[in-house]
Formats: sequence, structure tokens, C-alpha cells
Amino acid sequence: MSSAAIPQPVSVDENVPLLEVREVAKRFGPREVLKHISLNIASGEFLTLLGESGSGKTTLLRLIAGFEQPTAGEIWMTGERLDTLPPYKRRVNTVFQNYALFPHLNVRENVAYGLRVQGAPKNEIPVRVDDALNMVKMSEFAGTRPSRLSGGQQQRVALARALVNRPQLLLLDEPLSALDANLRKQMQSELKALQREIGITFLFVTHDQEEAMALSDRIALLRDGVLEQVASPREIYAHPASAYTAQFIGQTNLLHGEIRRSIATCGALRWPLEEADAPALFSLRPETIRLCPDGKRQTNEVKFRASVRQQIYGGASELLEVDCGTGQLLRVRLPACGPLTGEHDFVFYIADAIRVAD
Amino acid sequence: MYSRAYKTIVSAPPLLWVGLFLLLPYALMFAHSFWTVQDGVLVHHWNLSNYQKLLTNPLYAEVLFRTICIAGSVMLCSLLLGYPLAYYLSFHSGARKELLYQLVIVPLWVSYLVRGYAWKTILGSEGVLNGFLQYFHFTHEPVSFLLYSPFAVVLMLMHIYTPFVFLPIYASLEHIPRPLVEASQDLGASPTSTFFRVILPLSMPGLLAGATFAFVLSLGDFLAPLLVGGSSGTMIANIVQTLFGAVYDWPLGAAISVCILLITLSLLFFTQRLEKRWSFK
Repeated sequence: MSSAAIPQPVSVDENVPLLEVREVAKRFGPREVLKHISLNIASGEFLTLLGESGSGKTTLLRLIAGFEQPTAGEIWMTGERLDTLPPYKRRVNTVFQNYALFPHLNVRENVAYGLRVQGAPKNEIPVRVDDALNMVKMSEFAGTRPSRLSGGQQQRVALARALVNRPQLLLLDEPLSALDANLRKQMQSELKALQREIGITFLFVTHDQEEAMALSDRIALLRDGVLEQVASPREIYAHPASAYTAQFIGQTNLLHGEIRRSIATCGALRWPLEEADAPALFSLRPETIRLCPDGKRQTNEVKFRASVRQQIYGGASELLEVDCGTGQLLRVRLPACGPLTGEHDFVFYIADAIRVAD
Repeated sequence: MYSRAYKTIVSAPPLLWVGLFLLLPYALMFAHSFWTVQDGVLVHHWNLSNYQKLLTNPLYAEVLFRTICIAGSVMLCSLLLGYPLAYYLSFHSGARKELLYQLVIVPLWVSYLVRGYAWKTILGSEGVLNGFLQYFHFTHEPVSFLLYSPFAVVLMLMHIYTPFVFLPIYASLEHIPRPLVEASQDLGASPTSTFFRVILPLSMPGLLAGATFAFVLSLGDFLAPLLVGGSSGTMIANIVQTLFGAVYDWPLGAAISVCILLITLSLLFFTQRLEKRWSFK
């Protein structure tokens, strides 16, 4: 895969979606796996469907590929109804979780499969297959059977086999989950670079939030068949819409409290907030809390005093668990600062306490 | 790992079994085929006269050829019946899979003889099938070719051996990972194309095993021709049986058996080579 391509953020134009998922529902018997999902994917975008197992992310992928039929709703691609077409008539290709390479065909024949069955011109096939194998650096294995390849190599072949057909949309079903950690990281960056280089729209399914953050232009977080939030990684991390999102993506402190007379109160923490009186839930990321050695605070900050209960050294940063009194525990991530004990003053910006839905 | 004594004790019974009940009988058969019978007495005089008889008397070649044709037809018909059945069960039967599977297996519980006699009552001139045909005035006289013909033999053997063909094919179809079928469709192959490019090649070992079963078992069958074959449906095993049981010309019977054995062994060798070509592990 290309090493030269420097990832550039894609401007996501929601007005011309490549794929439109309209109010799609899917039930298996009594189980409602997807509950009226609507989602647009822009051309050239890298969108990740993120969710726990059983959240419906793979089902949504299979609906788009055509292996399942929606119970309700429609799927459109470039102005054409997609969900009524059989899978072999969709300009969509899939990289399967366990690669699903044909064991009776060698690498070259596997990659050529799509072109052959669709009757591509005979003289064109070898050229395109060689290009695709070059792209994933697997040319030297052209004559090898898949069973002789390592997981990472099979992964590359599966990618070439899908991309050689120049699909409008590439679906990837947890393609990296079978790889060990190091290879996974390497494949992540290669995948990202490749996607930028060829400009094909990727719809990527994973349960790994770090992977989703590293790869995606946008993340669609699924929870029990419902889209919890669809936003860019930065947006979804900085402004999680719900407590679930805040906890699922990154670490956070969830503060239960209430707003009364424009004051938010969460245990020992209080700060002014111009909002209507109501119970409230806030997400406060551990790294937004800082030490306040001189004990002074700005007007846009909240200061509190807490004792260090636990300190976990993590190289560049340290994770503290602090007690604000009355047993209210907060996690604080600080730049490496040496051992801390006893009571200290901490501050955070009011704006960093994000109000989230329960 | 294991002591020599342990290995000897464990391997002795099977070796003894194979020696006593396989190698020894074959050796005896092989020896007999070079002996002769004179005035009803076995003469231990080594010669090739039995094989000469086989080559010169056209009766043997004719029956052997018919046997191979019948076995080949049984193999083809069982495949044509067994493969689609196995394919349907494996890929499209859904919740009825278990039930249908049992239904395919159930005939194996019924005695071979019982099924043979059942075919007699179905195919005979007073039989169920003829009664049906006459009742609906398809014919006015009983149709005679149904029973005591090669057709009847093929029909009965097909009925008996289709489950044997079905089982290995079904097993190999069940072993095909379903994502492969999805991957094929995902890459643009229609269901027909997917069948010929993915499913059929990957089920080839099962198909070959099933075909071999049907052919080899039919080749040595003598009960079906005896029950429903008549004179026109006589197979080579019937001749062997007559030579051993009625004529007491054991050497000639042994010579024919050696021929059948050679045909079977070369076939097994051939299919084994093919199976290797079609296995991808």
C-alpha cells in the first residue's frame, strides 16, 4: 500500500450522499436488531459503524451488501434503489471478517474472480489484477493458495479482491479483528492511506473505539439498533451527545447532579450555568482536569480540592483517582508529574463539563 | 513415547484381523484362479486356462460389460438424485433440515431383501405400477420391461445406494463456509455462477466419494439382479455365485473375482488421485 499518501481530511458533503439509508428496520423473529435507522454516507468518506457486539452494526452492513433484506425502509445508492437488488447486482464489495478467500483458487485467481464472473474484457483482467496485487504488495504471492498465507497477507488479498472491481462503496466487516495488535496498527495506517489514495468510500464496521477514532472521517455509534450519535471523531469525543457515547468513546467522569437557579451542582462541584432548573448529567474527560498549584482560578474555571486515592503511571501521562470528599471519585489524567499524595487543588474549564443525555 | 510391548499389544488384533479375514482369503482366491477342476476335483496344477476362458468366451466379456454399464448407470442416477437432494438440504431446507435428513437415512434401516421384494411387487406384471397404468388406461396390457430387466436392477440399486451417495456429498457441502458463497455473490457472481465456480469444486471430494461408493458397491452386487434382474439383467457377481455355489468351478469363479478386484482397485486408485487434486487444505 502507498506510504507516500498523507491523509487529508475529507470535507463531508451531506448534500450529495453516495448511500442513503432511509428508516431501515430489521427484525429476526421477535428480536428487533435495527430500529428505523437513517444514515447518509458521502462520496469518498471513511465512515465507521461502531458498536458493541449485538448492536446491529454487522446487520446494517449485511443489509447494504444484500445478504439480508430490511424488514422496513429503503436503501439508495447514487439515486438508485439498492435494497431491491440481489447482492451480485450491487456496485458494492465486501471485505469479510475472516476474509472468505476461495480455498480452491490461488491469490491471482481469487483477485480475478470478480472480473471473470462479470465478464470483464479478457485482455484487461491480468492488468487490473496485477495492479490490485501491487497496490497491496502481494504480487510475489500471486501463485499461492490462501491457506499458505498469514492472516495479514490474507487480509491484503481480500482487500485487493474487493478493490479490483472498483466498487462505489467498500464494506469492511471488522477486517482487522483477527490480526495481532502490532499488525493491526500497521494495517490501520495502510488502510487509511489506501483509502485516501484511491478515493473509494469505505464503510467500516468495528467494536474497537480506538480503531474507529484513528481511521474515520465520521463515526456512527450504534446502540441496541439505534444510532446514538453520528459525528467526526473529534466532535464525538469533545461533545458526546449521551452518557453512553461519552463512556463508550474514551474515558470519562459522569457527574450526576442538578441545575437550580443557574447553578450546576454535582456533589462537591458547583459552577454557574444559565440553563433551566432540572436534574442534569455531565461528562468530564479526565484530561480536562488540571492541577492548580497556586490555588487561583479564572472565572471560567471550576476549582475543587481532592485527595489522591490512586495513581497509575502510564509513561507520558498518569491516571489519578481522586476523592473530592464524601466519596465522590473522579479520574484525572495529568502529564507525567511524579508521585502525588495527599490533598491538592484541581481545576477544569466550565465548558469542558459537557451536558449529556442519560 | 509408548513402549514396544504396548504398541505390539495394541496393533496385534487389527493386524490379525486383516491378515486372517482379508489377506489370507485374497491370497487363496488369487491361488485358486491359477488352479483347475478336473472331474469335479480341484487340481493344484498352476496354469492360465481360467484367464484364457475369460478372454475367449464372449459370454463373460458381455456380462462384465453389462455389469459395468449397470454400475455406471446406478452411479450416474444416484448422483443426479443425491447431489440436488444434498444441495437442497444443505443450503435451502432451513428448519426442516433435520427431518429431511432423517427421511433420507431411514431407508437404510430397512433390510436389503425386504426392499428387493418390495420392488418386485411394485414392478411385476400384477404389480402396483402396472395396476396403476392399466387403471388409468395408459396401457391395456401389463408393461413387461419393468421387471426382470437391467432397468429394474438399476432402479433398485439406485434406490439402495442413493443414501450412500447423498451422505458424503452432504457432508462436503456442509463443510463449505457460507461466507464463501456470500463472497462470490458479493463479487458479482449469480447463484448459478456461484454454484459452478465455488460450491461444485469445493464439494468435489464428497461427490467423488459418493460416486465411488455407488459404482463399486453396484459392481459386486448379486442380489438385485437375482431378485429383479431376470436373465437379461444378470451381472458378473451372479456368474461368480453360480460358479462357486452350483457348478463348483471355484478356480474360474476366483479368476473372475480377481478381475473384478483389479477393476475396483484401479478405480479407487484413480478417484484417490482425483480427490487429492480437489482437496485444498
